[in-house]
Amino acid sequence: MARKKQLLETAETYVSVSMKVNGVPCSAKIEPRTLLVHFLRDVLGLTGTHWGCDTGNCGACTVIMNGKSVKSCNIFAVQADGAEIITIEGLAKDGQLHPIQEAFWENHGLQCGFCTPGFIMQAYWLLQQNPNPTEEEVRRGISGNICRCTGYQNIVKAILTAAEKMKR
Amino acid sequence: MAVSAIFGAKVKRREDPRMITGRGRYTDDVKLPGMLYAAFVRSPHAHARIKGVNIEKAKKIKGVVCIYTGKDTEGKVAPVPCAWQIPNADLKVPKYNPLAVDKVRYVGDPVAVVVAETPYAARDAAEAVEVEYEPLPAVVNQVEATEEGAPQLYDDVPNNIAFRWTLQGGDVEKAFQEAEIVIEQDLINHRLQPTAIETRGAVANYDPSTGELTMWMTSQNPHIHRFLISVMTGVPEHKLRVIAPDVGGGFGSKIHVYGAEAVVAFLAKELCRPVKWMEDRRENYLATIHGRDHIQHVRVAAKRDGTILGIEVKTYANLGAYLSTAAPGIPTWLFGLMLCGPYRIQAVKCEVIGVLTNTAPVDAYRGAGRPEATYILERIIDILARELGMDPAEIRLRNFIPADAFPYQTAAGPVYDSGNYEQAFKRALELIEYEKLREEQRRAREEGKLLGIGISSYVEICGLGPSRGVRATGFGLGLWESTTVRVHPTGKVSVYTGGHPHGQGEETTFAQIVAEELGIPIDDVDIIHGDTGEIPFGMGTYGSRTTPVAGGAIALACRRIKEKARKIAAYILEAGEADVEFEAGKFYVRGSPEKSVPIQQVALASYAAGEGEIPPGMEPGLESTVFYDPENFTFPFGTHVALVEIDPETGQVKVLKYVAVDDCGRQINPMIVEGQVHGGIVQGIAQALWEEALYDKNGNLLTATLSDYAVPTAADVPSFVTDSTVTPSPHNPLGVKGVGETGTIASTPAIVNAVVDALAHLGVKHVDMPLRADKIWKILKEKDIAK
Ligand code: FES
Ligand code: FES
Repeated sequence: MARKKQLLETAETYVSVSMKVNGVPCSAKIEPRTLLVHFLRDVLGLTGTHWGCDTGNCGACTVIMNGKSVKSCNIFAVQADGAEIITIEGLAKDGQLHPIQEAFWENHGLQCGFCTPGFIMQAYWLLQQNPNPTEEEVRRGISGNICRCTGYQNIVKAILTAAEKMKR
Repeated sequence: MAVSAIFGAKVKRREDPRMITGRGRYTDDVKLPGMLYAAFVRSPHAHARIKGVNIEKAKKIKGVVCIYTGKDTEGKVAPVPCAWQIPNADLKVPKYNPLAVDKVRYVGDPVAVVVAETPYAARDAAEAVEVEYEPLPAVVNQVEATEEGAPQLYDDVPNNIAFRWTLQGGDVEKAFQEAEIVIEQDLINHRLQPTAIETRGAVANYDPSTGELTMWMTSQNPHIHRFLISVMTGVPEHKLRVIAPDVGGGFGSKIHVYGAEAVVAFLAKELCRPVKWMEDRRENYLATIHGRDHIQHVRVAAKRDGTILGIEVKTYANLGAYLSTAAPGIPTWLFGLMLCGPYRIQAVKCEVIGVLTNTAPVDAYRGAGRPEATYILERIIDILARELGMDPAEIRLRNFIPADAFPYQTAAGPVYDSGNYEQAFKRALELIEYEKLREEQRRAREEGKLLGIGISSYVEICGLGPSRGVRATGFGLGLWESTTVRVHPTGKVSVYTGGHPHGQGEETTFAQIVAEELGIPIDDVDIIHGDTGEIPFGMGTYGSRTTPVAGGAIALACRRIKEKARKIAAYILEAGEADVEFEAGKFYVRGSPEKSVPIQQVALASYAAGEGEIPPGMEPGLESTVFYDPENFTFPFGTHVALVEIDPETGQVKVLKYVAVDDCGRQINPMIVEGQVHGGIVQGIAQALWEEALYDKNGNLLTATLSDYAVPTAADVPSFVTDSTVTPSPHNPLGVKGVGETGTIASTPAIVNAVVDALAHLGVKHVDMPLRADKIWKILKEKDIAK
């Protein structure tokens, strides 16, 4: 009896979502209030996407949803139902780093690495919008992300280098 | 010392590939089968008596496993210890309960903990716990807290004064008698929130069959955490394993032991199930330590030619509601010892009153005491120059300790190991084109523009430290560092280090040290850190100590390995040991380089250990464990110069140019050195211009989210010009000094000096930080500049 009641509750309180993450279709039953960042990390085990605040300020949780950069802590997983998501884990192809990843490595664009996936995803979107940014445009384009370690100089340099690489 | 291509090269970091692909492993990435989640119930009052805790409603929430209050854990989890008990200061260490029992003393003080099957359920239940409080009057300002009639946090700490500490060197009275000019100034070095982007957290797992408890936690010093959590929870030290995996920044805030982590360990043991707890950002801001928070008064005695004769400082240091792990040592020793800065000041007197208030505990935050000392000196020397009509560059040159005076003992006590302050200073001025800028400033002023130039010269104490020295200050343990360097039979090397880098890149720089010392490819070296199960012991990473101390230990271990390897090589080569030379990974007989044996072959021989392989009677194997206790601290130094412009309409300050010339001794990897300087500069600029932890008078933290606490973004800061001079530390095995904090120490006064300089012609002598637009706008309005 108790078991039946629990099942009923579950049926009532859980919803199913499906989305394509890094090209792989996935679906799960989740609490409706599950944030996308928690869905990616805890349900799918994609822990490359981080979180660093509760207010949409730090950008550590940035992923690409249907071609746009979004802060996955500000979105319920159910809002991403049917969406295509790219996370940091989906950037390298066939063991080949994405030029943005390479550029972060070559230019010492990271220290503790915690903000890095968010910055790389934001840069990915930024360079799609504007393949030829100036330093000013890069600085403004990543101003929704916070890095406490690098002082930004090498992140900016990395993104400018990546822009060059991607033109080749 | 042989100079190879690897030591000093801009080697790409070996930690990066995992981090740029999302494969870094941080504490919150640890997931264990059957894991439960903890959430803390935290006080909304700054000061209140706990009348009762009602958990009935919370218990009924689906998924809740158990709830513990402060009364439940009392006697089971011991109070949080204070590990830096400064002597001769009448120190009072009040009881610091992991979960509050009778009283809460700051907003965020934990009262109870909830454990549930999911993190969401745990948080729901934490909110449903009903705590009945009897609010008491609160006090947040450290001077007010010492006054008659102020609310008392503890019965046994009269006037909320936790200590009174003094330091004196030289004849201060004489200095002031002989002074031709005396300058006095009040200064506020306000409170900051460290803001590592990864918050604090822990996962604990207990195995009842072995009695072993494993913790993954956000730690800068896993062995110190193991030691103190063992003391708090009663889990024997050898049964407790602390693993600090990748750590998302610390800046001091992950040095300390907090009640929460010990409670998580206790819960895992009680429940025999893994338990995870991660702070959210608000919790991090409320309950992880804050930094700085000094109210200072300074007096300086000088001659009219600008020579400083003596300095006298009185500081009220806000310690928050409890004494955190290192709290008493930060505003005293790490502050007072550096009050002579890079100058030949013959007399110094410092009095520090440590005060408990209804705010979050205050402890080491990047720079920890040294930024507060540097700020005093660099502000007061500018004010003095202005008073004397001298150029701020000229007055610094007049007072620098000359390059030929090292080693130099200052009136405050420390013996500076090496330095050439004038050289770094001149290089910085040259790079920013100081004379030209002054010209530009004059012209700009005529056009009504507000340009300012700020100089900041500093020397800092790091490489903590010689154990006898730090023990004499009351620090709980010595501050040496240990390592095991193990050469495997194939010549590959594993290095186990007690340092625990979390962004500073020592997985790379330490491998560079080994590659240089042993003459082997860097790819043959692995650096293992952050796990008490693997490493002999470690004091951890903070205070810019890892490269000089842990790096020094590694260099010494490599040298001991070479000594043994040389004996083996001599035996194999049938030569006298004294005739065997080592270069680029090979031992050879002097004069006949064709008779050689590579270190890899020596390694194999050392394990094979047969006839003709190692000398009879020699122990097999090729490894060395070193506990390196430095003979002195190290003293990096430098000069930073900033050019700022103030918008006369809005009061907004913009940093136009910034030059940093730092000297951290020999550099293992200049790319990483630069990165440390960049990050440090931005943190220091942030204090000068924007960041401020603000409490209202009732003790509510007004800056408890990243929306309210103004951490700069890329759009707020410029690119910096960085350069360096190289003055090796004479006593460090590698000649290195450390660079993790220099940027933060130097940049804050550079910016404030620049802003005051921009307003100087309006009669402005000093403005307290942060120099946000509203504050500057008010000044401009008073002066009839802004509309
Ligand atoms: S976690 Fe900070 S913006 Fe999403
Ligand atoms: S690298 Fe640490 S927060 Fe950006």
